[in-house]
Amino acid sequence: MIKARINEIDVEVPEGTSILDAALHVQVKIPTLCKHKDLLPTAACGICIVRNKGGNKLIRACCTPIEAGMELTTHDREIVEVRRSTLELILSNHPQACLTCGRNGECELQSLAADFNIPLESIKRYVKDVPPDKSTGSIILDFQKCIKCGRCIHVCQEVQNVWALSFLDRGINTRMAPAGDITLAESPCVKCGQCSAHCPTGAIVENDETPLVWEALHDPEKICVVQIAPSVRVTVGEAFGLPPGTNLTKKLYAALRRLGFKAVFDTNFSADLTIVEEASEFIERFVHQRGPLPLITSCCPSWTDFMEKNHYDFIDNFSTAKSPQQMLGVLAKTYYAEKLGIDPAKMFVVSIMPCTAKKYELSRTEEMYASGYKDVDIALTTRELARMLKQSGIDFLNLADGAPDSLLGDYSGAGTIFGATGGVMEAAVRTAYFYATGQKLGQIELEAVRGLQGVKEGTIMIGQAAVRVAVAHGLANVEQVLDRVRAARNAGLDTPYHFIEVMACPGGCIGGGGQPYGVDNERRKLRIAGLYQDDRERTVRHSHENPEVIRVYADYLGEPLGPRAHQLLHTRYTARPLYKR
Amino acid sequence: MNALRRQDLETFAAQPQVDPAEWIRVQLDTGGIAAGAETVFAAFNDARAAFRPGLALLRAGSTGYSFADPVVEVQSAGMPRVHYGRVVPELVPAILEQHIGARELLDDHVIATRKRGLTLDQPVTHVLVRDTNGEAGKTEFLQFALNEEIKRRGLDRRVQVARALDLGVYDEGAVVQLLPSAVTYTNVLAADIVRIAADSIEGGRVLDDLLWKKPDKQVRIVLRHCGEIDPDSVEDYLRHGDGYQGLRRALFELSAEQVIAELKTSALRGRGGAGFPTWMKWQLTRAQPAPQRYVICNGDEGDPGAFMDRSVLESDPHAVLEGMMIAGYAMGASRGYFYIRAEYPKAVERVQRAIEQARASGLLGEKILGSDFSFEAKIRLGAGAFVCGEETALIASIEGRRGSPSPRPPYPSVRGLWGMPTAINNVETLASVPVILTRGGAWFASHGTATSKGTKVFAVTGKVRNAQLVEVPMGTTLREIIYEVCGGVLDGKDLKAVQTGGPSGGVIPIAHLDTPVSYETLQQLGSIMGSGGMLVMDKGDSMVEVAKFYLKFCVDESCGKCAPCRIGGYQLLQILDRITRGRGSAGDVALIHRICLAMQRASLCGLGQTAPNPVLSTLRYFAEEYQAFIEGGSSYARKMSAAASGKTTAPAAPVVARETVKAAIP
Repeated sequence: MIKARINEIDVEVPEGTSILDAALHVQVKIPTLCKHKDLLPTAACGICIVRNKGGNKLIRACCTPIEAGMELTTHDREIVEVRRSTLELILSNHPQACLTCGRNGECELQSLAADFNIPLESIKRYVKDVPPDKSTGSIILDFQKCIKCGRCIHVCQEVQNVWALSFLDRGINTRMAPAGDITLAESPCVKCGQCSAHCPTGAIVENDETPLVWEALHDPEKICVVQIAPSVRVTVGEAFGLPPGTNLTKKLYAALRRLGFKAVFDTNFSADLTIVEEASEFIERFVHQRGPLPLITSCCPSWTDFMEKNHYDFIDNFSTAKSPQQMLGVLAKTYYAEKLGIDPAKMFVVSIMPCTAKKYELSRTEEMYASGYKDVDIALTTRELARMLKQSGIDFLNLADGAPDSLLGDYSGAGTIFGATGGVMEAAVRTAYFYATGQKLGQIELEAVRGLQGVKEGTIMIGQAAVRVAVAHGLANVEQVLDRVRAARNAGLDTPYHFIEVMACPGGCIGGGGQPYGVDNERRKLRIAGLYQDDRERTVRHSHENPEVIRVYADYLGEPLGPRAHQLLHTRYTARPLYKR
Repeated sequence: MNALRRQDLETFAAQPQVDPAEWIRVQLDTGGIAAGAETVFAAFNDARAAFRPGLALLRAGSTGYSFADPVVEVQSAGMPRVHYGRVVPELVPAILEQHIGARELLDDHVIATRKRGLTLDQPVTHVLVRDTNGEAGKTEFLQFALNEEIKRRGLDRRVQVARALDLGVYDEGAVVQLLPSAVTYTNVLAADIVRIAADSIEGGRVLDDLLWKKPDKQVRIVLRHCGEIDPDSVEDYLRHGDGYQGLRRALFELSAEQVIAELKTSALRGRGGAGFPTWMKWQLTRAQPAPQRYVICNGDEGDPGAFMDRSVLESDPHAVLEGMMIAGYAMGASRGYFYIRAEYPKAVERVQRAIEQARASGLLGEKILGSDFSFEAKIRLGAGAFVCGEETALIASIEGRRGSPSPRPPYPSVRGLWGMPTAINNVETLASVPVILTRGGAWFASHGTATSKGTKVFAVTGKVRNAQLVEVPMGTTLREIIYEVCGGVLDGKDLKAVQTGGPSGGVIPIAHLDTPVSYETLQQLGSIMGSGGMLVMDKGDSMVEVAKFYLKFCVDESCGKCAPCRIGGYQLLQILDRITRGRGSAGDVALIHRICLAMQRASLCGLGQTAPNPVLSTLRYFAEEYQAFIEGGSSYARKMSAAASGKTTAPAAPVVARETVKAAIP
């Protein structure tokens, strides 16, 4: 432990604690713009400067570990003056377009500027005229609003190992952009949106497609239906001031209906369906030894994109089962439309997703048009939904509970935990165990695959057979798992894992790139807890026991992995170049 | 060459190489080559076979006489050893036939030796004359008059009088130097000519009233081999007497701790600018437990006008390599990197050759000289980003990452290259190390001031008569460097200020010209020692423009990582720009101070922290020039810009009461 003093208050913290964190122990908040709670400091903004007694320089609190005997001052006349000037300099290089910015009201720069009450600018504004990069359709890079904090680059390179973003040029012309000045769509970007989730300003935002949804809702010719992803129910409340993890499933059903959707479905239903298909695939491969192991989950579009660009030697290991979003979309325009006698051409399927990459998934391959139409028309992020709800004048938090539409609305506890890292594995194991043994798994809560550790491993006994599983989240954690498989493969040894779950975003979908701003590990834990709570509260906790899942097979799809299921619920993968230019 | 052993080096030390009797040595450094030294070399090579087949034609780096490039040194029988400056190929036949053949010095090209004599212990054979006040025709008159007198006395068969290019003495009237003893007379009047001929040339007596007794201000420690040896020859370095002797002493006579102790005695401080004690840097690196440690030679010299490191790398690469190896031995590092900017191809080429030769002769590699010490060195090229001279950015660049600084701590001595403890030393620092080992730390510390020991190399440029490389003991004054060593201001104009420390430094006005140069004194004046750039400015130079020039350099070179430097520098430049266009406003000076403070206090690395220095120091000493622009408006700005382009003379700065300027400063 280190003993020091901050503003004449004694503080004792573990060795290696930064001055910034040490100050929080004694209720001293040192302002910062570039430091993100979960990320290593980039030391870029220069706002968090403090003074150590006897030192002739001001030091950065974000990246300086506190040392024994330090006597720190965090606020004095000069420090505050320098902070103000630095903030004013940053503002002089920022378009003051707050009122029309995607981060209006949720921007860290805006809030710091408000705290400091920066007056009428005395420094002339200079913002280089660079058009935004809208090439991906998922994420928009608005270079003018960037304050060069480097969080996005750190996340893209170190947390996600994607290396789509880097710093280009230097001095006042420094900018974050894909290396080589190509567009984001031409870069290795996998659209995970973690850059936007960590951006302190509006420099990286989701491609806002709410106008298209409004237009469809107002179009009398269109029949708009909607689905909500597992994780959205426990995060959307944050946009309305509720604590992370608050489960608002039923209010969402009601609110979406009020927005004008003719039917409200739950992606948790199709998550159950995905599990039934995926668990069947696993049984095929593991029990009947038809197909290669490990089986790797594929419901995360950023992960499939990453795999197709970086690890295409694993294509044969990928589950061909579509993601829940796509399964629901295709069933809405086929099964549901048939049952209700609706013309699928008039249907407009909107999905509410935690994710920016889901926008990309909609037209990923021709299998995404299996209904004969675009299976899902628009994917909105949680943030876009929150905005729509606010625009609509619905008193969201005080709404009476609603219910989903039948056929594609009921869900099991296994479906809901899809939104957390390890959840797909847990759900799949519950069902696979039953498929293999004909019995229910005793302890259905698999602690080994829960939690925020980057790579989780476990062994589950299915009858006499040991199933070795691994769960990775945050794309930088994938490589070590795959390399272990590759090493065994090259050495002719048995695979170290039989089943691998990968989610691109740290924490899984609850930490997705389209979720309400301000994500950190603390929030991730609370959001995950909300999902596990939902699971515990469900009477049905196995995907294959979801009555509507049973019904769709009986009435429409036939057998899992059968011809119709294959036609509608499965997809293919192809190797793709890392750079398109 | 076979791998050298300890005994071989002992033999070299005991029996230094004797130069051949006759040779011509061409100084082929980048400066010389740019001025045509290679064509001069080729012309000598073509002509020498026909002239005298055995005549040795040698290569060397630069002595530092940049004002006289290309420089050639000639040694021949019956002649004093002289440097010829401003040599062109057309001059080659004359040097061969007149100098070597007829034993006569050429007019207007001799750069006289700086080792001036006080006694006439040898008969005078040649006389150099020059009017050092630059009066037209006076040098010719002096030569004529002295020649006539010599002829009258029948000495003309034994003594020749030549006009010198440079005598190393300035503004001392007519100067006469008697060779070979180099007794020098200054302020010689017409009446003295007879005395010089009769008493000194004929009689061998020194005329005490005319004798120039001031010793040369320069002390060559770092530059001791520069221009003296062939940088491409390890034999030359070895057989010159002290090559790799410092390493030998370290390896066989001293423990690593003793080497560090010797450095501590020498009190050598980093020559890259910050002046951190070198021994301490080594000690800290050594103290860090690690499987590998690294030494890096920082050769990313980037200050505008600075060429100290380039000259040393080009003229004496083995000394730097030897210094690096001694550093490696002292801190337990077995790997070294030379980080040299790619714009220095000659330096890169010569260091590369030095490494290869050292490896071939067993001075690099496993078990060096039969000791237990192993060391390898490699070169990494810098792509010319100024910020890569900053040590954490330099490390990032070597590792293949974007060259931008990272926060310290951890310092490189704890976590440096590839995460291992690393010591980064400047070229000049490492070049000082071998001689500290051979001659002792105490000897080194006998030069300099109480807190700044040893010597410092400066590249003196700008409005100075003799732009050149200068090595002087710490504590030498700016006046001595500019007036006594470099000959004062160009074209006899009045000095206005001296800029030291490059873009991180500041200007020093004439009022402080007698300040002894040391790390501390320059800092007190609002400038810094820096790596050794020294820019001389005359009365015609606008200090606001000077500040703008240096600031623009830093703005261009900012890596863009941290906001205070990236935006502060840019905005500061905009303000200076509008001031020099006559569009400044009353609040601008206060705004400049506010932005400067933010940059100094909140920038991440030295580049941003020091970038305001040129602005602040010009504001400190020349605030009235800023005020003149602000109050004079666009008409004043137009006049200044016309004056700068040479169309008119600069208008006198309006008289502004200092107090009003001071009042604007918060």
